[in-house]
Amino acid sequence: MTLDPSGQGEAITPAESFAALLRSRGLGPRWDLPAGSSRLDPPEGTTVLAFRYADGVVMAGDRRATSGNVIAHRRVQKVFPADQFSAVAIAGVAGIALELVKLFQTELEHYEKLEGRRLSLTGKANHLAAMVRGQLPMAFQGLVVIPLFCGYDEQERVGRLYSYDVVGGSYEETDYATEGSGGRDARLFLRGAFTPDLTEAAAIDLAVAALVAAAEEDTGTGGPDLRREIYPNVVTVSGSGFAEVPEDRVAASARTALERST
Amino acid sequence: MTMPFYVPPEQLMKDRAEFARKGIARGKSIVAVQYRDGVLILGENPSGTLQKISEIYDRVAFAGVGKYNEFEQLRIGGIRRADLTGYAYSREDVTAKSLANAYAQTLGHVFTQDVKPYEVEIMVVEVGATLADDHIFRITYDGTLYDEQRFSAIGGASDALMQRLGAAYREGAPLEEAIGWAKAACTSVIDESGPVGWEAAVVERTERRRAFRRLDPAGL
Repeated sequence: MTLDPSGQGEAITPAESFAALLRSRGLGPRWDLPAGSSRLDPPEGTTVLAFRYADGVVMAGDRRATSGNVIAHRRVQKVFPADQFSAVAIAGVAGIALELVKLFQTELEHYEKLEGRRLSLTGKANHLAAMVRGQLPMAFQGLVVIPLFCGYDEQERVGRLYSYDVVGGSYEETDYATEGSGGRDARLFLRGAFTPDLTEAAAIDLAVAALVAAAEEDTGTGGPDLRREIYPNVVTVSGSGFAEVPEDRVAASARTALERST
Repeated sequence: MTMPFYVPPEQLMKDRAEFARKGIARGKSIVAVQYRDGVLILGENPSGTLQKISEIYDRVAFAGVGKYNEFEQLRIGGIRRADLTGYAYSREDVTAKSLANAYAQTLGHVFTQDVKPYEVEIMVVEVGATLADDHIFRITYDGTLYDEQRFSAIGGASDALMQRLGAAYREGAPLEEAIGWAKAACTSVIDESGPVGWEAAVVERTERRRAFRRLDPAGL
């Protein structure tokens, strides 16, 4: 690998995306399925959610990955930092989703380093939409990946969240958004319990409670596992940036939520 | 058919080197100094927008002097290479040494093969877990790669700057002290018009993944 100083391979344009660079080197992620191949059953991630609170956005996801009716993994991470002021969560085929997240993270950092500034929040959301759109042929093969995206808008000084659909449609949500097999149950719970301008502590409790409610109704969603000490991933994105909520704090919320739900 | 004039290779290289050196000497110099928590990179830069010091990867930084478009191209090439390596393998597989080697290859190739050599001198700096693990690499216009210890300087006045820094340097000094030496050295080689503005950044031995941090020019 050289630096290609003379630009023989391609024009060096500063704003060119990392994904394009990968493709030009033949390193882009590809999952080509032969037509008419038998249905795969790769592990799928299930329930993730995000909603706004007073300081920004909170985002959470359960830890289960299922493969058909089998629990494939119990400790999967589905909520990730995208950059210093945004987070991304994924539902759907885990392997593809993880690669998508890694590519998205690299893309944002790549842009930031080349240009000396971060992409705007809308810019990040639009780029993620394009990445989901690029997965459409895979979706027709049954390998669907749908993200949730949230971040802190450094210009407007508010938290914002975006949901997506399978064809890459991007929708900004005002209050809350959920995705995955238990997403409907989590959304129903949030519809009843969500209020604007929650404090951070209340927001963390609500996020965990919504996941517990989803786990009650949906087999694909893993509830907090007190015996194995597996708890949901909860993160916040506020004016001070991305922060992961410590596990013992989530555990406390989980215990309260489980007591209330019985 | 006209025959090209014979130019002895010694003369050719000498002319190219002189051309590159002249170009570099027109710009401002940049120094890098090791301090307790990392490496400081500091230089005089009248522009707050066109930066000469930049982040390449988690623990690796870049600085260039000379012709802006040329070292900018090298900077972008470096970021692309580092991001590709980190994506294809793992984040810890991106090292200053491999990057410095690639830069040396590139500059060496351009110096001998292209119509005009690059009028640049660059530095690749990596912060490690301890003082002994820090690296400062300096690469000159002809692709010569230097593995520097403790401090280094690039630009027309690099020799004078190195002497100044050598006299002031003390191992394990805090950042404020390192900034003092770096600024004193730079000021000593500036002509009577005085400094017009600073640009500085550090790569720090911290818990953060991305160790690069710009220092506020006003605070200097």
